[in-house]
Amino acid sequence: MIAEKTNTAQVIIDKISSTSSKVNFIDNDKLSKALLYLENKGIPTNKHEEYKYCNVDGIFKKEFKNIEQKLNSVTDINKYKLNNALTIVVVNGNYSEKLSDKLILKGLHLNAFSNLDNDGKNLIGTLANVESDAFVALNTAFCGDGFHLKIADNEQLQMPIHILYVSSASAESLVNPRNIIELGKNSEATIIEEQINIGDSKVFTNFLSEKFIGENAKLNSYTFQNEGNNGYSVNTNNITLGRYAKYDNTTITLSGTLVRNNHQVVLAAQNCEAHLNGFFSTKSNQLVDNHTLMDHQMPNCESNELYKGIVNDKSTGVFNGKIFVRRDAQKTNAYQSSKNILLSDDATINTKPQLEIYADDVKCSHGTSTGKIDEAAVFYLNARGIGRESAKKLLLNAFAQEVINKIEVEELKEKILNLFENEL
Amino acid sequence: MISIKNLHASIGEKEILRGINLEIKAGEIHAVMGPNGSGKSTLASVLAGRTDYEVTQGEVIFNGKNLLDLSPEDRAREGLFLAFQYPVEIPGVSNINFLKTAVNEIRAYKGQEDMPAKDFLALVKEKQKLVELDGKLANRSVNEGFSGGEKKRNEIFQMAMLNPKLAILDETDSGLDIDALRIVASGVNALKSKDNAYIVITHYQRLLDYIVPDFVHILYNGKIVKSGGKELALELEAKGYDEIKEKFESLES
Ligand SMILES: Nc1ncnc2c1ncn2[C@@H]1O[C@H](COP(=O)(O)OP(=O)(O)OP(=O)(O)O)[C@@H](O)[C@H]1O
Ligand SMILES: [Mg+2]
Repeated sequence: MIAEKTNTAQVIIDKISSTSSKVNFIDNDKLSKALLYLENKGIPTNKHEEYKYCNVDGIFKKEFKNIEQKLNSVTDINKYKLNNALTIVVVNGNYSEKLSDKLILKGLHLNAFSNLDNDGKNLIGTLANVESDAFVALNTAFCGDGFHLKIADNEQLQMPIHILYVSSASAESLVNPRNIIELGKNSEATIIEEQINIGDSKVFTNFLSEKFIGENAKLNSYTFQNEGNNGYSVNTNNITLGRYAKYDNTTITLSGTLVRNNHQVVLAAQNCEAHLNGFFSTKSNQLVDNHTLMDHQMPNCESNELYKGIVNDKSTGVFNGKIFVRRDAQKTNAYQSSKNILLSDDATINTKPQLEIYADDVKCSHGTSTGKIDEAAVFYLNARGIGRESAKKLLLNAFAQEVINKIEVEELKEKILNLFENEL
Repeated sequence: MISIKNLHASIGEKEILRGINLEIKAGEIHAVMGPNGSGKSTLASVLAGRTDYEVTQGEVIFNGKNLLDLSPEDRAREGLFLAFQYPVEIPGVSNINFLKTAVNEIRAYKGQEDMPAKDFLALVKEKQKLVELDGKLANRSVNEGFSGGEKKRNEIFQMAMLNPKLAILDETDSGLDIDALRIVASGVNALKSKDNAYIVITHYQRLLDYIVPDFVHILYNGKIVKSGGKELALELEAKGYDEIKEKFESLES
């Protein structure tokens, strides 16, 4: 077993090392730790507790036997742009200045990793621990020329930033986008991160983002994942919050053969607040696995999670929500809820709340429900002349909208609603 | 309008309707009464097409069509309406969106185009007024968090919007305060015409003071055991079901 695990990681290391140039923005210490970790631990199989329902090793062995790294260049992304947002484009893991908008907004600074000064470089890997997870290690070893985005203190961005992660390949490939986003104190920003695959070949995206939300800053964050059948991804978000900071994320997953999200929020100072919302809709043999962690380290913080999924055919949805309430985190409020609809007898949902509470004065609760479509409601609609298909649409739409309506960027919300409705 | 002949229906092994016969003509109002558990709601559900029940015998002709062959939505599109005893809450689906879908699917079935939004909104306004339904309720999710009485009023509002040929009101009076009862009843009376018909399921004479039936039927143990004019309801109110129960229990044993 161990030998086999090492095998997949080794194959990847060999393939990537031989096709891409050596990275120069991760310090050597982290780099060697990452490689060592990969060699020792390998890519997780379903024997790994955290990847029980998400056998990435198996997927690599089956779907990425011949990683060739035949990456395409991309010249036109106009149709993916939003009208009222600044677009930042990352192609196959590398920031593209050419495709990105000029970042003319006051208080906004962007540097590609390759242009970072030492202070900037030192931030890389401060939230994502290379020795915590194989995909963090893999990304650390091979990440593309990502970017560091900084919103200056006291600046409220007047326009959303739309970061498009475009992957495109003509043979099986692995890409490792990475970024650092920093919100200075009292700043506010809306950031949309969208993942698409526009090539005609399978791409495994191993995404990693570290986000620092400063004191009294607010980040409205939206993640939209729609990579289609050729999309396979593990997405790691490591967030840390300062005092009175606020982080809201809504993650919508409409397609992708494998989508694993590791969303980890550290409520690292008093009076901060985090909300994670997720909606996914899966079909055929897709797997969407949302793993969240709310790490309450300090008193008087609040966290709230709502994850909903609709699973059809032979697909699988997973929600694993960990909440840590550390000893010092008195007066914590932490809520979590996961609701799912199974549309087929062959579809699967696995939900697991994991509450670990070490403080005594806290309010924590979680709830999960999984069921079929509400037949009493379908009949009620039928009895008003609404056919079965439209009745289902109405009900599934209503179910999804509880999450989708949290998107405050109207244009994005409409786009997602339309895509979702057309798929029904 | 509708002709029900020897209708038998079961749920699992249990036979609940055991040979119902009922003829209803356009312009008529029929009241159906009977003790709890006698099968009144089952009859309503079977007519509306709920699939939990299996029809084991009998036939129902609705405006020349074999009703039991139609899907629930086609029954509604043909003009059958059931005001539910327990209206279902549908979180996230707004009343308005729901009704618009219903109106337009019924129109599509008849080969008509969607109702223009303006006409639809005008219709909503008009019918809301008829049942004195608070305009705010129309924008809320279907029945979600509605009080018992609001749910019943919403049923009648929907009926007014869809303008059915045959409406079955299953205990629409239960849970209504006196004013609401009068409002609902006057709504029904306003919608009543020589071209439509009503089946009014109720336990109380109170409603029948407002909606005066042409016929009253007593359902007991899955059968209509007695039919008469509006005076039958008064008689029941005075005497209760004891006499009927005794008579038919001895008859059956
Ligand atoms: N799903 C079911 N499973 C088993 N029995 C059922 C089911 N639905 C109805 N019944 C039974 O069928 C009988 C008739 O029920 P029904 O609801 O039609 O009565 P009702 O006349 O409407 O009563 P009420 O006046 O209380 O509304 C009852 O004995 C009831 O328990
Ligand atoms: Mg009943």
